[in-house]
Amino acid sequence: MIEIDAVTKVYGTQTVVDAVSMTVPSGTIAVIVGTSGSGKTTLMRTINRLVEPTSGAVRIDGEDNRALPAYELRRRIGYAIQGHGLFPHRTVAQNIATVPGLLGWDQKRIANRVDELLDLFQLDPAAFRERMPHELSGGQQQRIGVARALAAEPNILLMDEPYGALDPIIRAKAQEDLLAIQARFGTTIVLVTHDMEEAIRLGHRIAVMDAGKLLQYSKPADIIAKPATPFVKELIGAPERPFRLLSLVRVADLAEPGEAAGAPLDAGLSARDAYAELLWSGREAAPVARDGAIVGRVRLQGLAKQAARPS
Amino acid sequence: MSAGLVVRAIALAILLAFLVAPEAFTPVFAPLTERGAPAIYTQADMLALAMNHLGLVAAAVVAATIVSVGLAIVVTRPFGAEFLPLSRSIANIGQTFPPIAVLALAVPALGFGAAPTFVALFLYGLLPIFENALTGLTNVQPAVREAATGMGMTQRQRLVQVELPLALPVILAGIRLSTVIALATATIGSTVAASTLGEVIIAGLLTNNVAYILQGGLVVGALAVLIYDAFLWLERALARRMGRTA
Repeated sequence: MIEIDAVTKVYGTQTVVDAVSMTVPSGTIAVIVGTSGSGKTTLMRTINRLVEPTSGAVRIDGEDNRALPAYELRRRIGYAIQGHGLFPHRTVAQNIATVPGLLGWDQKRIANRVDELLDLFQLDPAAFRERMPHELSGGQQQRIGVARALAAEPNILLMDEPYGALDPIIRAKAQEDLLAIQARFGTTIVLVTHDMEEAIRLGHRIAVMDAGKLLQYSKPADIIAKPATPFVKELIGAPERPFRLLSLVRVADLAEPGEAAGAPLDAGLSARDAYAELLWSGREAAPVARDGAIVGRVRLQGLAKQAARPS
Repeated sequence: MSAGLVVRAIALAILLAFLVAPEAFTPVFAPLTERGAPAIYTQADMLALAMNHLGLVAAAVVAATIVSVGLAIVVTRPFGAEFLPLSRSIANIGQTFPPIAVLALAVPALGFGAAPTFVALFLYGLLPIFENALTGLTNVQPAVREAATGMGMTQRQRLVQVELPLALPVILAGIRLSTVIALATATIGSTVAASTLGEVIIAGLLTNNVAYILQGGLVVGALAVLIYDAFLWLERALARRMGRTA
């Protein structure tokens, strides 16, 4: 659990972060959204003390994060940044091994961990271990960046616009990978982005920041349904609201008994994608399949109801 | 094997052959002599002169590297930033002072021989290495620096494991320039009795023997070109490994 307690950061005469308090429960993803200059990155950086707050405190599992020397704290917290920040003079394996090396793991354990992470990110260890960062594609570099952040099995992972430099297709894949990894290891993740779409997709909770202030911190459905301020509403984009609501649920959750014609939809598909598919194929309903077996159907009408403003 | 490599290998072979057995080259230099003067400088062993020359240059460049890189490290740390202008001017003074003047001033203090020459070469070598080390250390990508700190490297670890390795190709370029300058400048060390290849050239000037002048000049020139190329090759190999083109 990360508790941010009335954190304020002042640079000169400018208050970059203004008395922000929020709590990120263990094993959840909190996404901080805001425009540039909103203080979102500064706020995140107070967690691993890349920024020292002017006032206020950050506690991790109840302990003030100033209890340890900053470098020791940082070795326990994964950190992935935009533009990956891989060390150009080190191989992929050496990059991933950075924090385990700083922590003094033995060589064998480090080598095992490197291979395990490469496997996890669907990169063949034999082919990638000895490559240099510049020999990789943008998407691969980004994956190595996250693998490096996870190398020492941190409980907390901080990500600063990690997918900012990726094209939409690779970004969607990377987001999926992150969700899978988070579900598997139960890592507590704080991610900073300017993209509300990404926030809704990834966050268990979303924090919206503007001009140093935390405007709203709640579940995606609440942010969409009950935006606290006009700014939050604008960030979500009023015309997008029904679709954003739909994107929060899976087809499996909306499946009802019954039959329908045509190609089945996968149960893991988001309701938003299912809605689009029904509109596109001109159907009123479609069967839902899980692992190849038909488990029910979804109807356009049922989906539309889901997209309406919650009462 | 590229043509350039073949040419360099041949140059190296001829150079080594000349240093080991200079008399064998008598027919080459004989046409340049007049009135039966000796064609080959034999007052001192050519190989020993070359080794002394290289040793003096190496010592001066190593010392200049340690001081320059050390200074560059200090002035790129937060606590040393205010010394940046001062250290720049010190290195600049070293560069603008004519080496012959350094020799003239150093001889009364240090006596004749290698010591004043070492001081001149050392002072002359500071600036290129310092400037390049400064460039290399300050041009490390902010994202890389940030990642190093964010992952829990201490200041020292970041310097040793990230900043210096990334700056190395640029620092090497500075060392290369200083070395070549020092190789040439070391010849004038013989005016204050340092044992260098300059001895051959000066002997030629004193006795009006073109063959001597040419031998000394060619040996120094060949050494400089070969060492320059070796450095360049190393810098490029390092830069290529990091995906840069140098």
